[in-house]
Amino acid sequence: MAVSTGQLQADIEPVPPGALQPAAPAPARRSEFLYFAFRNWKFVLGLAVVLAFLALAVFGPMLTAHKPLEFSGPTASPPSHAYWFGTTSFGQDVFAQFVYGLRATFLVGCVGGGIAWLLGAGVGFTAGYRSGWIDDVLNMLTNVVLVIPTLAILIIVAAYLNVHSYVTEAILIGLTSWPWAARAVRAQTFSLKTRDFVDIARLSGRKTRHVITTEIAPNMSSYLLMMFILLFGGAVLIGASLDFLGLGPSASVSLGLMMNNAYSASALLLGLWWWFLPPGIGIIGIVGGLYVMNVGLDEIFNPKLREL
Amino acid sequence: MLELDTCCKSFRVGAFGTKELVAVRDVSFEVRSGNVVSLIGESGSGKSTIGKMILRLLPTTRGTITYDGTDVSTLQGRSLREYYADVQGVFQDPFSSYNPIFKASRVFTMLRSEYFSSLSRSEWSAKLERSLEAVSLEPGDVLGKYPHQLSGGQLQRMLIARALLLDIRLLVADEIISMLDASTRIDVLNLLGELKSRGLGILFITHDLSLGNYISDETIILRRGRIVEMGATEKVFGDPRHPYTQNLLASVPHLHEKWRHDRVVAAAVPASADDGRALVAVDEGHLVAAGFGP
Amino acid sequence: MSLHVDDLTVYYQSLRGDVKAVDGATFEIADGEIMGLAGESGCGKSTLGKSLIRLDTRMRYVRGSVELDGQELPVWDDARMNPFRFRQVSIIPQYALSALNPTRRIGRMAVELLKSRDVAVDAVLPEFRRRLELVDLPQDILERFPIELSGGMKQRVVMVLSSLLDPSLLIADEVTSALDVSTQRAVAELLVEFRDRGFVKSMIVITHDLSVLYQMADSILVMYAGKLAEKAPAETIVNDSRHPYTQLLLSSLPEVGVRYAERRLKGIPGRPPSLLEPPAGCRFQARCPVATEKCDEQPPFCPLEAGHEAACWKAVA
Repeated sequence: MAVSTGQLQADIEPVPPGALQPAAPAPARRSEFLYFAFRNWKFVLGLAVVLAFLALAVFGPMLTAHKPLEFSGPTASPPSHAYWFGTTSFGQDVFAQFVYGLRATFLVGCVGGGIAWLLGAGVGFTAGYRSGWIDDVLNMLTNVVLVIPTLAILIIVAAYLNVHSYVTEAILIGLTSWPWAARAVRAQTFSLKTRDFVDIARLSGRKTRHVITTEIAPNMSSYLLMMFILLFGGAVLIGASLDFLGLGPSASVSLGLMMNNAYSASALLLGLWWWFLPPGIGIIGIVGGLYVMNVGLDEIFNPKLREL
Repeated sequence: MLELDTCCKSFRVGAFGTKELVAVRDVSFEVRSGNVVSLIGESGSGKSTIGKMILRLLPTTRGTITYDGTDVSTLQGRSLREYYADVQGVFQDPFSSYNPIFKASRVFTMLRSEYFSSLSRSEWSAKLERSLEAVSLEPGDVLGKYPHQLSGGQLQRMLIARALLLDIRLLVADEIISMLDASTRIDVLNLLGELKSRGLGILFITHDLSLGNYISDETIILRRGRIVEMGATEKVFGDPRHPYTQNLLASVPHLHEKWRHDRVVAAAVPASADDGRALVAVDEGHLVAAGFGP
Repeated sequence: MSLHVDDLTVYYQSLRGDVKAVDGATFEIADGEIMGLAGESGCGKSTLGKSLIRLDTRMRYVRGSVELDGQELPVWDDARMNPFRFRQVSIIPQYALSALNPTRRIGRMAVELLKSRDVAVDAVLPEFRRRLELVDLPQDILERFPIELSGGMKQRVVMVLSSLLDPSLLIADEVTSALDVSTQRAVAELLVEFRDRGFVKSMIVITHDLSVLYQMADSILVMYAGKLAEKAPAETIVNDSRHPYTQLLLSSLPEVGVRYAERRLKGIPGRPPSLLEPPAGCRFQARCPVATEKCDEQPPFCPLEAGHEAACWKAVA
C-alpha cells in the first residue's frame, strides 16, 4: 500500500541522510552538502587540480616578465633558472606561453560551456514543460544539431570564418554542443512535471516561466551543476582540438596551439619535451580533473551511491 | 455554484498521436454551496481527469464548466487568479504535493506573494495560525519543517489549511485520504464535514464507497468516463438501480456482514452497454442511465 | 502443517541505529488456517511476513525461532533458507504487480523464475497451465506482455506462480491493496479457494484492511509498533476485541451505512512511536485512553481465553 513507503522510509532511511555517528545531530541541508563534499576524495582531488590550474592561469602571467610570443631567449633550451619551462625552437618562453594559454583555455571553457548550458537548459525546460507542438519543434531542432558531426562543422566554419578571437571560437563551440544537455533536461522535466507540487504551484497562480525556475529547476540543481562541469570540460577539449588543428586564432596563444606549434617544429623528434609536455598535462589535468570532480559530485548528491 | 455541462475529455495517444483515448464522456452535474458531492469510480473511470478540468489544470475537449455563471475556460491571468481564490484542490499523494527540497510551509508563502502581499508580517502570521488551528494543527509542530519530517496526515491537513487561507468556496478533494492510515483518515474526513457545515462546497473524488457514503450529500457513480447513476446518497446507496452500482456495493467488504454468494448480481454488464444512454430520473433526484431503471 | 513462531525479533540496520521493526513475536498457525496480519503502516507486519522467508537483506535477525511442520526454519541464514523458499514457504511480495518486467512475456518470466528456483520446468508446466485455467485466465496469457493485462489478471498470475509447488505456507503481502473493489473481492475469494483446493496449506494475509480480512480470514493478528497486540478468530476480533488499539481502530473505520450526519466516527489521536527508540513498556500507552501506570511495564502477549490472545493489562484484568 502506498502509504507504507512514505512513512516506513522515514523510519528506516533516516532523512536527511545525515550524521554517520548516531550521536551527532542531523546537519542542515547546506552544510550537509559540504560535510559530504569534503569527505569525497574524488571531488576534493578533482577540485584541487582544477583550482591549481586556475590559480596558475590567474597569477601565472604576473610571475613572468616575458611575453608569450616574444622571442626573448635562447632557442630550444631546456628548463633553467631563467626560463622555468625552457624555451621553444624560436626562443619563446614556454612558461609564459603556458600560463597565458591556460587563460585562453579557461575562457573557452567558460564561454563555450556557458553558452551550451544556457541553450541546453533553455531548450530542455521549454520542451519538457510545454509539450505539444513546441516540444515537437524543439525536439526536431535538437535532433538535427545532435546528429551533425560537430567537429567537422566547426572545422569548416572555423576555416571559412578566420576565427580571430577565443570568444568567437567559444561561441561556435557553445552553439554546437548543447543537444545532449537539452535532451537530458527535457527528460527530467517531463518526470518532474507530473508531480503534484507542480500542480499546487499552478493552483497558487504561478506562471509557466515561474514554475520552471522556482519548482523544477531547483529540484535539478545538482544535475544542472554537473551538466555545466561536463560542458565546460567538453568545450575545453574541443577548443584544444581546434587549436591543435590550427583552426583557432593564430595570433594569440592557447594550450592547443602550443601543441600544434610543438608538433610542427618536430619537438618530439628533437626531444624538446618541455615544449609539449606542459600543455598536454594542462589539458589532461583540467579536463580529467573536471570529470573526476563530477563523479565525486554524483556520489555526494545521490545518497544511494555514497560509500557508507 | 459549479456546473458541468456535457464535458468530454479525450487524449491523443499512440505513435504520433494517432489514437484517441476518451477519458470523460458527456458528464454533467452540479456542486452547490455547503454540499459534498462524491465522485465515485474505479481506476480508469476519469474521476481525476474531471477534477483537473475543474481546476483548470487540463483543458476540456468539449462541453463547458461554469462557475457562478462564468465559463471557466475563458479565464486567464487576473481572472484565473481570482478563480483560484475561490476554487482549490488537494491531491492524493501528500509527499508528491510538496517540493521535497523546500520547507513544507513554502506552500503558504507561495500564496502570500500572489494574494496577500499587502498584509504585514504579524497579520500574515496571525492568519496562518488561524488556518492551521482550523485544521487542528499546532503551528509549532509543522512550520519550519521539511516534508519528509512530517506525516502524511499532517501534510494533507496543511494543504487543506492552505486552501482555507484563501477563503475558498469549492474544494476539489482528489483521493485525499487514500494514502493515510486508517486512524488518521477519519479525522481528515471529519474535518471536511466540519468545513461543509460552514458553507464550503466539496467535490470528493474517491474509489472507496464507504468514505463516499460517510461524508457526501450526493453521489455520482462513474464508469469508464460516463455517469451511470447519480443522486442523493441515501437513494443511490439504498436503492441502486444500475447493475454496475449494485456490483460495486456487493463487492465492498463489510465489517459485520460477509459477502453474500447467494445474491446473484446481474452478470457484469460491459462498459460499452452504457454508450448512448442518457440519464433518466427513476426517482426524485435519482438518475440512472436509461434502460437500467425499474 | 503447523507454524510455531517463538520470540521472533528482527531489526533493520540504519545509520542512526537499529529500527526495532519486529519485537518478540510469538504465535501459532494451525493446519489450513488463513491468518490475517493487520496493522497500520510501520507496524512491522510486512517485516514479520518477510522474515519468515528471509527475503530482505536489510533485515537483521536478532533472536527467536520459527518451526514449520516440526522442522526448524533457518530464518537467520539467507543461504540455508534457499531450499525452503518457494517449496515450503512462498511469498507473494508487495508491489508484485509493478515488479513484472515489462519487456518479458508472461510465459518467459515464469520459466525464468522456475529455473532460478531449480525447478524442473517441463515437469510443472502442465500443472501450471491447468491452474491458470482454473483461475479463469485464458491460455494465451503466457504469450502476453504485462502491459496487456489488467491488475486483477496480473495478480492472479502471480498467485498461481507463487503457489505452484504447493507450499505449506503462503505469505500474501498486500495483495488486494492496489485493486479495485470488485477485483479485490475476486482476488480475496481466490486466495480462499487456493486453500480449499489444497494448493496451499495455510496462509498469512498481510493487509491494513480489516474488513477484507473479516471476509476471508479465519483468524486475525493485529500488530502495533513492532509488537503483537491481539490475536483471535476473525469474528471475535470484529465483535469482541479486548485490546484498546483494536477497538479504537475498528471504531474509526467508515462503513457503508454509517453517515457523518448520524454518527461521528473518531480516529486515534497522536502518532505511533519511533521504532528507533521505542518506549519501554506498552508501545500504545501514549495514545491509549485507558492507560495506567502499570502500562509502563510491557504487557505480555498472553491468552485470555482459548484462541484469543492480547498484550494488554486491562484485557487480562
